[in-house]
Formats: sequence, structure tokens, C-alpha cells
Amino acid sequence: MRFLVFASRNCKEIVRDPLNLAFGFGFPIVLLLMLTAIQANIPVSLFRIEELAPGMAVFGLASISLFCGMLIAKDRSTSFLMRLFTSPLSASDFILGYTSPMLPIAVMQCAICFAVSIFLGLAMNVNVLVAIAVLIPAVVLFIGIGLMAGTVLTDRQVGVMVGAGLTNACAWLSGIWFAPGLVGGWFESVAYVLPFVYAVNTARAAIVGDYAAIFPQLWWVIGYAVVIMTTAIFIFRKKMDNDDM
Amino acid sequence: MTEIRIAGLTKRYGERTAVNNLNLTIRKGELFALLGMNGAGKTTTIKMLSCLTVPTAGDAILLGDSIVTGRSAVKKKVNVSPQETAVAPNLTVMENLELIAGIYGSDRKTAGTKAARMLSVFGLDEVAGSKAKTLSGGMQRRLSIAMGLISEPEILFLDEPTLGLDVLARRELWDTIRKLKGEVTIILTTHYMEEAEGLSDRLGIMAKGELKAVGTVSELVSLAGGARTFEDAFVALATRQGAGA
Repeated sequence: MRFLVFASRNCKEIVRDPLNLAFGFGFPIVLLLMLTAIQANIPVSLFRIEELAPGMAVFGLASISLFCGMLIAKDRSTSFLMRLFTSPLSASDFILGYTSPMLPIAVMQCAICFAVSIFLGLAMNVNVLVAIAVLIPAVVLFIGIGLMAGTVLTDRQVGVMVGAGLTNACAWLSGIWFAPGLVGGWFESVAYVLPFVYAVNTARAAIVGDYAAIFPQLWWVIGYAVVIMTTAIFIFRKKMDNDDM
Repeated sequence: MTEIRIAGLTKRYGERTAVNNLNLTIRKGELFALLGMNGAGKTTTIKMLSCLTVPTAGDAILLGDSIVTGRSAVKKKVNVSPQETAVAPNLTVMENLELIAGIYGSDRKTAGTKAARMLSVFGLDEVAGSKAKTLSGGMQRRLSIAMGLISEPEILFLDEPTLGLDVLARRELWDTIRKLKGEVTIILTTHYMEEAEGLSDRLGIMAKGELKAVGTVSELVSLAGGARTFEDAFVALATRQGAGA
């Protein structure tokens, strides 16, 4: 179980970085508080907590891609990965070591987001746990994006492509703040090709207890998660075998 | 007793030949320095011998195992301190050492014991609880070498161990390396004449991917014919046209 030793190191690297904590845990909470405050002062129902909380949970998960991608890219750029490649760690150990710590961190992120939402008026019941559970495929998807980005990009490129690009795509094309149909046209088409809107809708259905509405949406997320994670693992192994890390 | 037997080792990247037909034997407990200018092929040689890069042609037998067909077996017996300092920045000095011990198969208790011994040997006791990123360049390099030794390798590769260090840090590190002589077989790459001359039992001079000459300092000075200093001998041998060692 060498990968557990490596996974433990990766977990420490992430949670000990104050920027990670601020961006991954703090930023979604600040947005939650801010948008809830706006909602309290406007007459129309724009940011209802039942819709906002699942959206912010998915938005927060975009930082998991950033954590994972930055960690791998930095290890590559500092020769740390080169040191480890001469060790008895196998390709599977590396992939499990990088990805497995992300799952508990992501679940913790979702749990904190929903806990703050409960404080802001979200009903505390079993649906919150169901919402966290149905977000697991989205977690796998974001971890896969991070693994792929960290394997092929430099740490600076990960910052731009994932930190800015993915975060914005996730924010605007997921229906967190407004339904893509309100913009319509190509914007709506793109939004419904990408998985983010389905992830948000899945969690929203779970939060209100509309379990029947979960699965048509969740299949999209599961499909994306399987394809992206499989591709990321393939690229990582290929680059490792070809001495191209 | 022969520890490393290299036969026809070659590495090509497309049209460029980084290492060409390297033949060499290194004895057990020997400190062998590979000396050459930038781009001479030293680091590529280390990468092949430590199983980071697969040779294009040829092979090397390390303690009875081939770097081509027995990579897993070789990896358990060797360790590397890469050219750039390769430490986990947010882990403490102690945690960095325990990480490598764990990856090489030590249980938690044994890893702690080995780490404590390395702290003592390398004079790192006082910074055991400090994060690696807070250490000076010299201390980070010392930690990097300690991480290379904690797995108790039979062969240790030191790639440009004092590159970028100030005079005092360099001399301190030389003292540390001298203490290791005889206990472990060390292959060291450097382009500092003084370092190669002062530390090594034998040296190999590389230029343009080829091993130009092998011997002790006095043997190389004699071989150069008319050289007054080792540096003169290096320049004469490295720039000599024709067949290698």
C-alpha cells in the first residue's frame, strides 16, 4: 500500500497551502453569504438557498481540479516527480496517490458548503446527504480534469486554464446564477453539451427530494466522469512510459 | 567487486544523440564522478542508470539486474538526488524523510527511526520540524541527499549536488559526501573541477555524449600529456577528437 504514503503527502501539501484553503473553501462560502444577503434585500426570488446551495457546491468543486492539477504540475517542474519515478512506486500508485486524497477533500468541501447553507435557511434533512452522494460523479470528473491538466500543462498554464478557464466555465455555464435558457442560442446549446449544468440540476433535485429527476441528469455527469478520468489515466501512463513527464 | 557494468549504453532523442555507446565498470563502494560541460550527457546517463529513461541501445547491469529488463529490481537498490532540489515544500524535514522511507517499504515506526538517524547524520536535527520550503538552498540540498540515502540504497546517484550553492554550503556538502565514501557506491555528476578532483576515487570525462577518458586524477593528468593542472587535463581530454575511453 505504498500509494497511501504518497496520498498522505499529497493531502498534506494541499491542506497546508493557505491559498488552497482560501480559494477552495473560503470563496464559495463568501459567495453564498453575499448572494443570500442580496436575496434578502430584493423583492424577486433570484437566489433561493435551495437552488444556490447545490450550485455553489458544484462551483466549489472546480477548485479540486486546480488543487490536483497544480500539485502534479509543480511536482513535475521541481523534479520531485523525477525523484519518485526512480522509486518502486508503480503508475497505479501515482494515479491513486494523486487522486484518492481529493475525494475526502471534495466531500468535506460540499459538506461545509451545505452546512453554511443550513445556517442560511436550507432545510436540514437527509436530502443534504443525498445531494452530497449524487455529487460524487462530479467530484470524479473534476479530479480527472485536474489529473489531465497537471500531466500535460505547466503549473502556470494550470493556473490560467483551470484556475481561470474552468472556474469561469463552471460558474457561467452551469445555471448557478441564471438558467442558460435565459440567454438562449449558442450559450444555451454549449451549456447543455457540458456536464456542469447537469451536475447542478442533479444536486438541486436531490436537495428538494425530487429523486425521480436525479438520474436522467446524473447519467450525463457519470458519462463525462468516466470518459475524462479514463483519458487522464491513459495520458498519465503514456507520458510516464515514454519518459515524457 | 563490480557493482555497475555498462555496455554500449546509448540514448537518442530523434536525430540528436545524447549518450553514445557508453562502456564503463564501477566498483563497489567507489565514488565515481562523471565530469563534463553542459550537454555532455551526464544527466542522461544518470537518468538511464536510475531507470528514469529507457536506453535506445545497450544495457547496464546494476548489482546483477538489468536496467532494461529488471527495472523493478534495480529501483529497489538505487536512489537519486536530482539536479534540482526535489523536496516536498509543505512537508517538514522529518516528514520528507519519512515519506521516502515509507515509499521504499518501511513501516511507520521504522521510517521514524530511519528519519531520526538521517537528521543526525546530516545535521538537520534543529530544523526537523520546519517546512522544507523555509530552508536555505544548502539545507534543502542536504535534505535532498538525506532523502536519497534513507532507503539505504546500494547505489546513490548525485546529479550536480552542489549546483547553485555558495562556497560555504558547497564545502559543507562535500564533507557530508566524503563521509559516505565506502559505505555506498556513489555516481556523481558535476562540472566543477575542484569537486570532481576532491571527492572522487575515479572520474569519467564526457563530451558530446561520449566518454572521452576514465581514470584517477593523476592518471587523467598523465593521459592528457603536458597538462599542468587537472583543469588543463580536462580541457585537453574533453576537446580531443577521435575515439573515446
